[in-house]
Amino acid sequence: MKKDIILAGVGGQGILSIAAIIGTAAIDAGLYLKQAEVHGMSQRGGDVHSNLRISDKEVASDLIPEGKADMIISVEPMESLRYLPMLAPGGWLITNTKPYVNIPNYPDLDEIIKEIKSVPNHIALDANEIAIDLRQKRAANMVILGASSPFLGLDYTQLEKAIINIFKTKGEEIIEANIKALKTGREFAENYIKN
Amino acid sequence: MKKLLLLGDEAIAQGAIDAGISGIYAYPGTPSTEIMEYVFGSREAQEKNIRTGWATNEKTAMEAALGMSYVGKRTLVCMKHVGLNVAADAFINSAITGANGGLVVVAADDPSMHSSQNEQDSRFYGKFAMIPTLEPSNQQEAYDMIRYGFIISEKFEIPILVRITTRLAHSRAGVERKEADTQNNIQLPGNPKQFILLPANARRQYRHLLDIQTDFQEDADTSNFNQYFDGPDKSLGIIVCGIAYNYLMENFPDRNIPYPILKIGQYPISRPKMKRLYEECDEILVLEDGYPVVEELINSFFELGKKIKGRLEGTIRRDGELNPNIVGKALGLEIPETRPIPDLVTSRPPKLCKGCPHIYSYNALNEALAEYAKGRVFSDIGCYTLGALEPFEAINTCVDMGASITMAKGASDAGFKPSVAVIGDSTFTHSGMTGLLDVVNDKAPITVVILDNGTVAMTGGQTSSATGKIEKICEALGVEQEHIIVLNPLPKNHEENMLTFKREIEYKGVSVIIPRRECIVTAAKRLRIEKKNKEL
Repeated sequence: MKKDIILAGVGGQGILSIAAIIGTAAIDAGLYLKQAEVHGMSQRGGDVHSNLRISDKEVASDLIPEGKADMIISVEPMESLRYLPMLAPGGWLITNTKPYVNIPNYPDLDEIIKEIKSVPNHIALDANEIAIDLRQKRAANMVILGASSPFLGLDYTQLEKAIINIFKTKGEEIIEANIKALKTGREFAENYIKN
Repeated sequence: MKKLLLLGDEAIAQGAIDAGISGIYAYPGTPSTEIMEYVFGSREAQEKNIRTGWATNEKTAMEAALGMSYVGKRTLVCMKHVGLNVAADAFINSAITGANGGLVVVAADDPSMHSSQNEQDSRFYGKFAMIPTLEPSNQQEAYDMIRYGFIISEKFEIPILVRITTRLAHSRAGVERKEADTQNNIQLPGNPKQFILLPANARRQYRHLLDIQTDFQEDADTSNFNQYFDGPDKSLGIIVCGIAYNYLMENFPDRNIPYPILKIGQYPISRPKMKRLYEECDEILVLEDGYPVVEELINSFFELGKKIKGRLEGTIRRDGELNPNIVGKALGLEIPETRPIPDLVTSRPPKLCKGCPHIYSYNALNEALAEYAKGRVFSDIGCYTLGALEPFEAINTCVDMGASITMAKGASDAGFKPSVAVIGDSTFTHSGMTGLLDVVNDKAPITVVILDNGTVAMTGGQTSSATGKIEKICEALGVEQEHIIVLNPLPKNHEENMLTFKREIEYKGVSVIIPRRECIVTAAKRLRIEKKNKEL
């Protein structure tokens, strides 16, 4: 078992929380893991990404080679495309469709969606809208994690456990909200695959 | 013991805690900041009464650590690569004094300049100081090397340099801890003259440093961190340093590499191992992140020997961080074509946060300077450096910590008036104060803007040494009281602030303007904690 994952977004959108949850679940499952993060200057509203590698064998490189990522998980649509050179043929692109517009020349959203849909294996959903419907507007990242969960090669209950573990200091309410967001994202992906 | 999931930085911190350090000293700087932060947050470190806390700059950190070593205690000092330039005087001389308690210096290099102004290679500093240098390839080695570093620091009575790069510093993996050492007791050096670098003593000490170079060499020959893996195909021999080893391995999924490999984690380089590789193989490929330090060493000046391939020779590009693909190409492996980035994807540079006080300082400053020709704002290192970008384009220089004030002075000395310096609060106490003293002593008519957001913001909001002290410092340095002006950079104060800037820029003497408002990220964090405490 090996999953090489690119996590993408804009500084402050919570991709490191996604990484922490997958990472915790992977370690609990007895897997090896390496996860490279971006700290420092780029966190100030710039594009950020993380290389997350989980495997049943020891992982060598902290960075995924180009063209070898099994999936790109992105909380922002344009950012999902920035890492396409990393994606392996047949890899999955799972992305939020809600743009984060903090630059004056943000491209046309329809064009972005068209590019996303040109990737054969993709799941695109408005995670912000789903999160707002759930009255958990800060849990859009968990919706995206949920939508990617069928492809992670990890037991779903392990992801739930990881959320409980990681958010334990934040109280019951936050934990439940995040688990609900995770579940809704997963259901979206499952329905999408079925159809 | 269960493995801990740690960043390279955190593995170093845990290694130091377990090595029995009595204190850690550092100034924040990406990618080294998380070492101190981990020790801060460690309950174990608190229980063991390990001294923590941010220093005013890397030099004061290095010197305090040397003091702790002098009394026989183990201590860790951490900084980013350019921080070692600031600490260099103390660092180089610490090799002459030697250490008493174990002293390990961590320098975190930043190839590709993710968050830095150069990609200098700290291994040169290790060579320059003539001390053993360790370079881990992964998080476990980072932990183990720190433990080992303290052992050899005390064995050879010498400071040890540990060089890491951003990728290791900010990447997580499982790390297994080993049994912890207890802290040393206070014990002064056996030789009471060891730390007195008067020329007569210094000559003796330097001679000693030269003599023990062979010990360092022998230790590197037998070190577990320098390993020779033989291979059947001698058409190529590979020398691989630090984290580059992982990229090499990545290109062989079955981990079966046909070529002989010399994996280097400890410097000075083991001569016998290097010699064996050179003699047995037809060509040599050197894989090292950073400068071609090893390649240059083995490449004869006239290129009379075997072909040495690497960054100097050109097989690998000279700048930027290595990765599995670059290494794969250097090995002549076929790298499959990948999908390109769609043309519509645009860059998304970092920017000042919404509501950031610097925005309003720059708006007022820009307007105040509108009547003059451009190019007169000398700035510095911090979040506010983003003021160079659109829409502000408010600053014209960013070189090194503190350079804003002194460069503005130099420009003013040359007759370029007005000249303005823009510096952050923490950068001011780090390296700006001495420059301001020059300005006052020379009566250079510049305006110094000290953006005081009450924190070291760029690196994530660490405590600033300047907080609550700036006006007093400026006054003590000789700036006239009526020309030390504090203002609140809010949009509603724009007109008033702009006029203050204008007036002080026109003033033909030294003036200091301090736009003061808490960093909004720090403020949000503080409010969250206060709210939580209220609920409890």
